[in-house]
Amino acid sequence: MSYTIEGSTGTWEIVVGLEVHAQVISHSKLFSGASTVFGAEPNTQVSLIDAGFPGMLPVINHECVAQAVRTGLGLKARINLESRFDRKNYFYADLPQGYQISQFAHPIVGEGSIGIELSDGSTRDIGITRLHLEQDAGKLIHDQDPKLSLVDLNRAGVSLMEIVSEPDIRTPEEAGAYLRKLRQILRYLGTCDGNMDEGSMRADVNVSVRHAGEPFRTRCEIKNVNSIRFVMQAIEIEAARQVEVWESGGTVDQETRLFDPARSETRSLRSKEDAHDYRYFPDPDLLPLVIGQNWVDQLKASLPELPDEKRARFQKDYGITAYDAGVLVAEQAIADFYESVAKGRDGKSAAAWMTGDFFAALNRTGKSIDESPVGADKLGAMLDLIADSTINGKIAKDVLETMFETGETPLEIVERKGLRQVTDTGAIEKAADDVIANNTDKLEQYRGGKDKLFGFFVGQVMKATQGKANPAMVNEILRRKIDG
Amino acid sequence: MMLTDLTIAQAVEGLRKRDFSATELTKAHTGAISQLNGRLNAYITVTADKAEAAAAEADKALVAGDAPALTGIPLGIKDLFCTEGVRTTAGSRILSNFVPPYESTVTANLLKNGAIFLGKTNLDEFAMGSANLTSAFGEVENPWHRTGDSSVLVPGGSSGGSAAAVAAHLAMGATGTDTGGSIRQPAAYCGIVGLKPTYGRCSRWGTIAFASSLDQAGPMTRTVEDAAIMLQAMAGHDPKDSTSADIAVPDYRAATTRSLKGLRVGIPAEYRPDGMSEELLAVWQKGIDMLREAGCEIVDVSLPHTKYGLATYYIIAPAECSSNLARYDGVRFGVRAEGATSLDDLYEKSRHNGFGEEVRRRILVGTYVLSAGYYDAYYLKAQKVRTLIQRDFTNAFEKVDVLLTPTAPTAAFGRDEKPEDPVQMYLNDIFTVPASMAGQPAMSVPVTLDSKGLPLGLQLIGRHFDEETLIAAGAALEKAAAFTARPDLRAGAAA
Repeated sequence: MSYTIEGSTGTWEIVVGLEVHAQVISHSKLFSGASTVFGAEPNTQVSLIDAGFPGMLPVINHECVAQAVRTGLGLKARINLESRFDRKNYFYADLPQGYQISQFAHPIVGEGSIGIELSDGSTRDIGITRLHLEQDAGKLIHDQDPKLSLVDLNRAGVSLMEIVSEPDIRTPEEAGAYLRKLRQILRYLGTCDGNMDEGSMRADVNVSVRHAGEPFRTRCEIKNVNSIRFVMQAIEIEAARQVEVWESGGTVDQETRLFDPARSETRSLRSKEDAHDYRYFPDPDLLPLVIGQNWVDQLKASLPELPDEKRARFQKDYGITAYDAGVLVAEQAIADFYESVAKGRDGKSAAAWMTGDFFAALNRTGKSIDESPVGADKLGAMLDLIADSTINGKIAKDVLETMFETGETPLEIVERKGLRQVTDTGAIEKAADDVIANNTDKLEQYRGGKDKLFGFFVGQVMKATQGKANPAMVNEILRRKIDG
Repeated sequence: MMLTDLTIAQAVEGLRKRDFSATELTKAHTGAISQLNGRLNAYITVTADKAEAAAAEADKALVAGDAPALTGIPLGIKDLFCTEGVRTTAGSRILSNFVPPYESTVTANLLKNGAIFLGKTNLDEFAMGSANLTSAFGEVENPWHRTGDSSVLVPGGSSGGSAAAVAAHLAMGATGTDTGGSIRQPAAYCGIVGLKPTYGRCSRWGTIAFASSLDQAGPMTRTVEDAAIMLQAMAGHDPKDSTSADIAVPDYRAATTRSLKGLRVGIPAEYRPDGMSEELLAVWQKGIDMLREAGCEIVDVSLPHTKYGLATYYIIAPAECSSNLARYDGVRFGVRAEGATSLDDLYEKSRHNGFGEEVRRRILVGTYVLSAGYYDAYYLKAQKVRTLIQRDFTNAFEKVDVLLTPTAPTAAFGRDEKPEDPVQMYLNDIFTVPASMAGQPAMSVPVTLDSKGLPLGLQLIGRHFDEETLIAAGAALEKAAAFTARPDLRAGAAA
């Protein structure tokens, strides 16, 4: 879907590239043995290495390297068998060593791509420039003391993957789709939990504008945006600002900006002149990182099925629509749940129940799929009761409802409440006869051409059987009796 | 003979035969330190009580008969090695209150082998210097003096405290670190043996970094055999140092008696700069003759990029130091400036007050050569030249097994003769820097006294991880030279 800004000098398109910092899921930090668990007491997960003590040396954590390679493979990217670590030098209170160990010239992962799908159903590939490993910094706390800033180094040295996209993104929607897809892939791979509100995934957004067909104009970088919605808003606001600058005869300066969602504006953080000179150079404490193709192949063989492949397989194996398949692969846990339910059953019916009443019930109770009181086995058992005509679909809705409340099995509910479907022709015939006898006026109207009243009779018979009658049989018997 | 006159090899034997106790040996040294350190200033911190307590434990182990190689041997430790619970200053004001909660791998290895630490020896601040004039804890005096001249001479640097302590018998041996010559040059100035192992042979973990791609710990002793014994204990792979080599440590002491028959000794043409003294050339020739006599074949070789060594070194080492020393901000450890008004002000004040002039100079040079716009012309170019220097050695070692050169261009100079121009001072490293740039092992062995009565040393440079050939050739030189001279200022001899 195109997104352009109409200005006084013509139509502007926007150009966006994203740099995502994704915290690696690993037990310990990138270069030290300290724990990475989120939310611990300040400064309890800090090794002497993380605190930059004299004589301390970094040793690479191979689990973090494996996670970066897995992610690279998931992004269909080139894996560099030799990469290097560089030091990025600057002074700040959250950076105890006075430099961040990063990969500047030789990242572990090269070019790849992410396929995104937009709301109009169109798809695009967004190029990945590179992925590299680097250390996170600590955290400064400014609100605990009127005069002092406090430092928490728990996060210092935690492994990050910086994932850089090509400037391929042209709309805020594409940026949102890209981030959601990236997050989905990371979560499937188990390499990053993607929790933007805990800061384990953060985005730097590079925005510029141009008239169609022009070369790129100067870009601004909006730092550390911490939700997908804010990324989309920041792009809109920043692009509009740049158009205004250009059209009023000014020039956009290359600079770092901050997005303030409360005031719906971006603000200059530092200009290019004030930019740090990071004095990158190869870290002499670390040898080049050399990995074997065999190891990469092993990691590739053990990768989980990724969302795109899973979605295609669901459509093929279970005969469900692309839309339903998309909904069901959104999260690994949902996809797993669906497969447990659908396996050996009618996949379409399983998809309909999950995306319909089941998700509605989850939403209503505010629970995630992992906390669902109704497990895949129980939902499957309910589908089985429908399939073997023990209950009909209408009763099943109530059964599902009750399952959410009591946690009973569907059969227990059916037995306890006496909800077994009535398939006894005699009982249905008797109910039909009673309904007809009590509604002779309606019968007249129906026979006089008011076809819609057939539904009234069906409803009355169902009501008389407390909803338990087999609907197909009710239809058949009523047709015979009133059409006859 | 006094206990402080013994070599490590003799003391190891004497302790085992119970000719004397570890306590007696340690007390002889702590006594000598209290007698002479006030003048020499070789030690920044003396740990006499700790040493004597450790000696008592050593005596128990010796009696029990389960004593490792260095049990009861009193050593000095350069104050660049972090020692658990013992203040470690790097010769800097900024670390003047720093007590590490951890023990460096090298010193832990020595402790595991039973060594006793007498204290922490003085050094140029953060190991940056060639004369031990930049320590925040005062200058070290060389125990040697020119014949009939009492002027104070420098001990060399940066391991000047270690060299002076060993030469003056205030320790049986000492650890040093060598980045561009900091073990070998002070060893030559003080008439002792100094061995810089191959880069990667000794772990750098827990040793305060100056230039990480060059720093290497090594022993400083009075004999080659003692250097072999100490290195044996210090060396070995350490998974905590990614640049430490996973290569087995051979029996170094056995190498001291190895035959030199057929050993090819290279004499590099480029180690003869203009203005080199006749006296030094004669000493070098003397060394050549000694090795030929011992059965070596002497081969002329060329290391064509030698002349770029010093310039390259003084780009790469400061570049690394500018980054390595960024952690000294006075926030988590070390001395924090009072009265700072902002974070930047705190950094500026703490670092300005904490670092001395030479360290500040090198941080500035290093920051400059890594800066945008200068990186390619300086740092990158220097790295390329470094590769060429390494290639020189690789080529030379296809023709020869070891190289012989002078260690330093002069004998020890007077404290008041120090050059005003820092670049003149840097020239002291001219013969030692190339081996550092290439990671080669190298050793300085005292050979003779010059006409003024000061020791002169020769340097042997070996193949990567072939310290054994250095030790074998060094032992032969030592034997032929029969260098027995001792400085006038030493334990028991000082007036």
